[in-house]
Amino acid sequence: MAGLATGAAALAAPRVLAQAPPHVAVVGGGFAGASAARALKRQGADIRVTLVEPKARYTACPFSNAVLAGLRDLDAQYFGYDGMKRDGIDVVAASATAIDAEARRLRLDDGSGLAFDRLILAPGIDLMLDAIPGYGASGAEVMPHAWQAGEQTALLRRQLEAMDDGGLVVIAAPANPFRCPPGPYERASLVAHYLKAHKPRSKLLILDAKDSFSKQRLFEEAWEQLYPGLIEWVSLSFGGRVTEVDAATKTLTTEFGSHQAAVANVIPPQRAGAIAAAAGVADRTGWCPIDSVTFESRLRPGIHVIGDAAIAGAMPKSAFSANAQAKACAAAVATLLAGGQPAAPKLINTCYSLAAPDYGISIAGVYEPREGLLAEVAGAGGVSPLDASADVRASEAAYAEAWFDTITGEVFG
Amino acid sequence: MATTRHRRLMRGGLALLAALWAASPHAAQRAPLPAPAGATACSGCHAPAGNGPVPGLAGRPAAEIADAMAAFRNGERPATVMDRIAKGFSDEEARAIAEWIAAGP
Repeated sequence: MAGLATGAAALAAPRVLAQAPPHVAVVGGGFAGASAARALKRQGADIRVTLVEPKARYTACPFSNAVLAGLRDLDAQYFGYDGMKRDGIDVVAASATAIDAEARRLRLDDGSGLAFDRLILAPGIDLMLDAIPGYGASGAEVMPHAWQAGEQTALLRRQLEAMDDGGLVVIAAPANPFRCPPGPYERASLVAHYLKAHKPRSKLLILDAKDSFSKQRLFEEAWEQLYPGLIEWVSLSFGGRVTEVDAATKTLTTEFGSHQAAVANVIPPQRAGAIAAAAGVADRTGWCPIDSVTFESRLRPGIHVIGDAAIAGAMPKSAFSANAQAKACAAAVATLLAGGQPAAPKLINTCYSLAAPDYGISIAGVYEPREGLLAEVAGAGGVSPLDASADVRASEAAYAEAWFDTITGEVFG
Repeated sequence: MATTRHRRLMRGGLALLAALWAASPHAAQRAPLPAPAGATACSGCHAPAGNGPVPGLAGRPAAEIADAMAAFRNGERPATVMDRIAKGFSDEEARAIAEWIAAGP
């Protein structure tokens, strides 16, 4: 019996025996979090996965600029979590309110707790509504940001529809870094597309807190071709930074003067979603420093941060990046849980923007860890060519639509 | 009592054997291969069976995918984004990705 007991102890020692499968909690059900939960469940190893997301459905930001322009229904932006549940992912409809990295436990707003072996945090962004004096939560009801898709998108659309012909639309764009770097300029393009067709005497002014922007020459080429005289871009150096707003009169003040808008879209500065700071994984910049191989927080071991909230070096804050990071992170987490050493990943980003419904442009990049950061692979990536034919632009618009359909199918379908 | 315990140990022993077998290189050939660097990003655009103008990759032989990557990289095959993406991968990396995709479901 004694011999048998010793044998039993020896047999019980390896972690693979008798214990429940490891548990990974994923916080946040956007492109990053939902992709990670699904990738973990599908990569083969026996891992229990819980997705913590308070909303019953996700509203996708990519293509929400087309909703603003009346080219697409907001309903086409909604995605649910039934596919996750079918995959065997436990979907918990609650918000994480606190994360104890050392105890490997998170607290939910319904009062319950959740233990985890590793946590993947994908909180997206928080909009710093109070960073612009005069704005705030009440200002956003009058001068919508529409930078988290949903009701804000619908509100901005209604305002554009209600505006008289000849009105001034102002888009205030933030400094880097922020979610979707080409987004404000795609938005300007598609709003201009709507104005040109329905309110041709109107103007669109972009007040920018920076001196250059993503795909700039491509956008400027498109604006000249498609909307001559309609869009004016004011850079930081020329007084583009909005220092104050007055919601009652829809007035935007810059260092050089003020502009009264008929419709104002104020996109405020951003930081990682609030739970990141609560968990101690955000640094003084408001974003989350990570290991470039495993996406594990540099501040709190056991917590991995992916998507817009992460400081991902040269990778932009995009849905494509979030999805690619999620899959690489899921593989690294599975390897770590099995006691292995994750290999260096290679990541891809491809971002399409529409300058018009049949006019697409893109930026692509390939990334790998270098000196602790995700750096661009030299010689790869870049933007669509200037002076391309209408056929090329039309095909990129078609690729954009196919991309959205494919990625939302992979993540939520 | 002793018999029950013995059975439990037997089950434990069998589970251990199963775990060791699953971890052996022999079994790994049938398990999903670990994805080589970059491979999982492809499905961001390429649905298994394709989607509209974007071709699917499922069921394609590894050589076809690797050759396409090489042709995109050296400009022989016209493209909108694949030329820019292929330049980020060596022949060896592209081949590993192609083999992983070809071995997939």
